[in-house]
Amino acid sequence: MKYSIGGFCDLFLDFCKEVEELRDRLKLDGKLAIIDAKGLTHKELNDLMRYAVFELGARKFKLLNITGQRYIGTRLWAPNMEKLEIEVHGFPGNDLGAFLGGHKIVVYGNAQDGVGNTMDDGEIIVYGRAGDVVAMSMRGGRILIRDDVGYRTAIHMKEYKDKVPVLVIGGTAQDFFGEYMAGGRVVLLGLNLGDKPHRARYIGTGMHGGIMYIRGKVEQWQLGKEVGIVDMDDEDWKFLEKHVGDFCKEFGFDKDEILSGKFLKLKPVTKRPYGKIYAY
Amino acid sequence: MRRSRRVVLPDKDHQACGLFGVIDRSGRRFSGEMAIEAMTSMKVRGNGLGGGFAAYGIYPEYEDYYALHVMFQNWDMEAKHRVDEFIDANFDVVYAEEIPVNPDANVYNPPLFWRYFVSPNKKGEDKKLSDDDYVVKKVMEINTGIENAYVVSSGKNMGVFKGVGFPEDIAEYFMLAEEYKGYMWTAHSRFPTNTPGWWGGAHPFCILDWTVVHNGEISSYGTNKRYLEMFGYYCTLLTDTEVMAYAVDLLMRKQGLPIEIVSKIFAPPMWDIVDIMDEKKKRFYTTLRMNYGPLLINGPWTIIVARHGEMFGITDRIRLRPITSGEKGDMLFVSSEESAIRAVCPELDRVYTPMGGEPVIGRLRSREKEIAKQLSEVE
Repeated sequence: MKYSIGGFCDLFLDFCKEVEELRDRLKLDGKLAIIDAKGLTHKELNDLMRYAVFELGARKFKLLNITGQRYIGTRLWAPNMEKLEIEVHGFPGNDLGAFLGGHKIVVYGNAQDGVGNTMDDGEIIVYGRAGDVVAMSMRGGRILIRDDVGYRTAIHMKEYKDKVPVLVIGGTAQDFFGEYMAGGRVVLLGLNLGDKPHRARYIGTGMHGGIMYIRGKVEQWQLGKEVGIVDMDDEDWKFLEKHVGDFCKEFGFDKDEILSGKFLKLKPVTKRPYGKIYAY
Repeated sequence: MRRSRRVVLPDKDHQACGLFGVIDRSGRRFSGEMAIEAMTSMKVRGNGLGGGFAAYGIYPEYEDYYALHVMFQNWDMEAKHRVDEFIDANFDVVYAEEIPVNPDANVYNPPLFWRYFVSPNKKGEDKKLSDDDYVVKKVMEINTGIENAYVVSSGKNMGVFKGVGFPEDIAEYFMLAEEYKGYMWTAHSRFPTNTPGWWGGAHPFCILDWTVVHNGEISSYGTNKRYLEMFGYYCTLLTDTEVMAYAVDLLMRKQGLPIEIVSKIFAPPMWDIVDIMDEKKKRFYTTLRMNYGPLLINGPWTIIVARHGEMFGITDRIRLRPITSGEKGDMLFVSSEESAIRAVCPELDRVYTPMGGEPVIGRLRSREKEIAKQLSEVE
């Protein structure tokens, strides 16, 4: 038993295979590594990817039969390295691209909870929907989700100087959208709603930095107490032109039609919404 | 396949329990394999300290009899003797046997499990009770009165199989893939945080044919428990989830409330949302809170509740635990993770996540017709 302590074994790590045993799962074609992930645990898959990058020099990945493996794209960073392109076919597990250090991940399927958790740089593109807490604590890079997202999207997203994370969502979001947001830009397009309003409640509760753009119908009662509606200016339209443009190019939507819709710009009313609650 | 026995070190690398439920709405029965495979794909959600399954439609040959699954802690034969006497005195037993198990399965220190197929034999004052109420009363008497004996399952034509281990280990122990066919299965992988990991504390929890699997914790356990005690339900299994099973039995079986209302009792809308409703709705939700406040289930939770003919999945009102639902033809799935559904059914007609507090309901087609008929009669 590899990880045993005092006669006990680790119920997860002890049953993961070593990279050598998994070598036949990996096919290398020049710099492209193709991995059949059927039945692999997340540790086995991520070990294998790390091995392909740092031992075999792979720079592109095609991951097949992904079913619920977590943390894909994490643990693949090194200083001054060429950025990787990772194609995910299937349904990746939670925390896809957590702490992502500049690589690009494209998912052909739906993603689950925690996409881009504390992501630092790079890009995640999802041809489908994603679950709760998308872009949680994200601090750089860009995420494009074609369909809907779940609860607490962009919770505590942040920015610093020129590091400004961007999240574009094609569908709609559920409650606590942009909760405690501290920075970054979030765009919600509502493309699959037709004439129906967004259903999210408590939008921007606790928000104290960054900007949200929402296309489609939202009533005042759906907004948290800490955000206010402000007018769009040229900078905003320039920003949308670029990122919604890229979104449309990626997923094949009509940019002009989307941008002709009505956008709501939301900003926090104060930088310290709870400043008076705590005693010093 | 025989694997070596191992002692597992519980750790906290991963969090949260895993839930899965599947129903074939046409009523076709299928083996436990699908539920087992789905749970295996969510292995990281549990830590090996509890796994279990509920299966509906597995005892067609005894469908008119209550199937009591009784667990005897520490193979306590004194308890077994007392339960035998108790059941003989209060029920007519048509058949009883030790639940067949696979001794080679990878489980540690399993207790003894027996099943009794019984019909009530009511005497004296008890004759006033309905069969169901009588069975609930007798189950409570065994659970509270006979040490080391616990009734883990008490419905007709259904059963709960649970214990300490990963779900696939428990399934192997009870041979669920080989021995049983049901039209509906729910499953649970446990990551116990606040309460002990023991065989009786594994999910699903069951009373009559009601079962509950649960991910999360119930902060309102004390309030809920005291409220249920007023109606004769006693919590003995050292786990918060137990209150859910008794609460649905009280609200849905005894008081006849539909799922749609019960979900509003467990997960009522926030007061600031009630404030902006129209007068009629406002009165409805306020009345519900006044009457059923003590059954508001607080804290982070997702549950799948099942009884014959239907199951529903629901989360707390601000969804602090995940849920995903999928449909493919007659099959309806509810799961903690979409990938677990995809592991057993890659192509889905529809996949979606309901808002917090809104139930996903899977019913037999025959039951749907029955309910539609009832509704039209009311109109």
